[in-house]
Amino acid sequence: MAVNELQSTRKPPISQIGAILWLRTNLFSSWTNGLLTLASLYLLYIAIPPLLDWMFLSANFNFGTVNILGFDIKFSEVMANNDNCGREAACWPFIYEKFYMFTYGFYPREEVWRPDVFYGLTALLIVIVRLVRNYKYKNRVILTMIVAYPIVSYVLIAGGFGLLPVVQTHLWGGLLLTLIIASVGIVVSFPIGVVLALGRQSDLRVIKLFSTIFIEFIRAVPLITILFMASFVLPLFLESGTNFDKLLRALIAIALFQAAYFAEVVRGGLQAIPKGQYEAADAIGLSYFKKNALIILPQALKISIPNIVGSSISLFKDTTLVLIIGLLDMLAMVNMTSQDIHWLGRETEGYVTVTIVFWVILYSMSRYSRKLEIRFNTENEN
Amino acid sequence: METENNASNIIEISELNKWYGDFHALKNINMNVKEGEIIVVCGPSGSGKSTLIRCVNFLEKFQEGNIVVAGIELTDDAQKIRKIRSEVAMVFQHFNLFPHLSIVDNLTLAPIWVHNETKEEAREKALKFLERVDIREQAEKYPNQLSGGQQQRVAIARSLCTSPKIMLFDEPTSALDPEMISEVLDVMVELAKEGITMICVTHEMGFARKMANRIIFMDEGQIVEENDPINFFKNPESDRLQLFLSQILTHDE
Repeated sequence: MAVNELQSTRKPPISQIGAILWLRTNLFSSWTNGLLTLASLYLLYIAIPPLLDWMFLSANFNFGTVNILGFDIKFSEVMANNDNCGREAACWPFIYEKFYMFTYGFYPREEVWRPDVFYGLTALLIVIVRLVRNYKYKNRVILTMIVAYPIVSYVLIAGGFGLLPVVQTHLWGGLLLTLIIASVGIVVSFPIGVVLALGRQSDLRVIKLFSTIFIEFIRAVPLITILFMASFVLPLFLESGTNFDKLLRALIAIALFQAAYFAEVVRGGLQAIPKGQYEAADAIGLSYFKKNALIILPQALKISIPNIVGSSISLFKDTTLVLIIGLLDMLAMVNMTSQDIHWLGRETEGYVTVTIVFWVILYSMSRYSRKLEIRFNTENEN
Repeated sequence: METENNASNIIEISELNKWYGDFHALKNINMNVKEGEIIVVCGPSGSGKSTLIRCVNFLEKFQEGNIVVAGIELTDDAQKIRKIRSEVAMVFQHFNLFPHLSIVDNLTLAPIWVHNETKEEAREKALKFLERVDIREQAEKYPNQLSGGQQQRVAIARSLCTSPKIMLFDEPTSALDPEMISEVLDVMVELAKEGITMICVTHEMGFARKMANRIIFMDEGQIVEENDPINFFKNPESDRLQLFLSQILTHDE
């Protein structure tokens, strides 16, 4: 019998560690991959420098003197205008001057603190939700906020109730309107979608039939059509003289549209739940409502998080369609402001700005969904 | 046959027939279970034994016949069904624990939401039952972190939490690795000794021989033979039972 001596450990060969290994496995693992890497690098080379040049290096930042948080910051003697701004690169003073329009639409200037408080509240809400995660009464805190936030936001922005002057909805616009349509659309449609998904799985024939028809009808029709219906056709059926707010009509249309999509997403989650879970819940005597609320939906929704967020992101982008029924969301504001005779021909700056704002919001949403998935997973896997 | 109407019958099944589509799954089943009785149901796969006990808590609908459980007749009435289900607990082959809840939350769910107990009461009782099945220290873990045997013991503890009158076991050890079967059987033996009414669908003939008051043999949707353990194994009357016993016992003993 042979006994081997204990061998000393040594480092792996140089080609198997560090940057060289990384390059080899990720970029040059085969000659086709190597070619693709080089082609991609070339594409980046021809795209990125001109873009940086357009956005920053050659761009015009002559904002004049800007007051930021009480400090006067001087960018230039006077603010640039359309003529001396240059055509070869971005003219950011245009965005600066139209900033109000992009953010608030035609919201009255003297009431602008109200949307500002709304933006602040929204940010605060996100911070609080993160802070109270380990707090004993977190459910109570979060529930209170879920109920209070929409009410406070509505009173703030719309006014009325003798508290604040009323601001008509046709004055709302820009990012404010985009956020309102998207968040109301998502929040209102979600519970409807869950109910429809359960309805489609129901043993009760009538409910099942109704849910299926509703979902399949809505999903087979483009959002534009539904918006047109809500905006122009629906009033024909109502008694003349009933004045039904245009924004409200759009919101209802979007909520119903999105509900059908959420319903299908949640149904996918429901179908992934093993039959044994239903049987176990039944066997301990839970009612239909409790079975779904305590056992089935928590699991089904958890599985569906990536698709729920994906669907929400689609909706957020689809809100830009409201411009065709005359609501002035952020994208519509680009059209609007670039027709200002003092700033003709500056659409590009507007579109780039909207792109950046959308990207920041939607990318955060997608990151957040990733985080949620990981958090729920660590809770119950090995 | 067992048709005498004994006042202490806790389950009375008469003329039970069930079809899956055209397939006649249960044929004219008559069966009474007395309070505190331990019944073992066995038979080849597809013989309808699981279907039979799943009819008792109405997880399966049946088309003809009557089942009276704890004095309540089974009908389509959702409230009655829930009433029966709160008296009858079931342990499944694949445990069916709720993976999104911790072990202790799995146990307290029914007491809190079905039996309206307070959280503290339910938790205290849950820990007591976990102690009894010997996994008190796993209370805060999640089901997927436990072994199959541990999960099945949790499932048994979960069914005990609602103080059921009757326990149904649907092949509780069939999905377990061999070395884990005995830990689950030990718990079942303890329960049987305490006098709770049990109907067990199982192939564990050792358990049947030791604990059962009666063993029922089913084949092709019928009760072929039933007897006390001694005569069941010593003097099987029907050919089918003789064949069945020869098939399973050669491996078993």
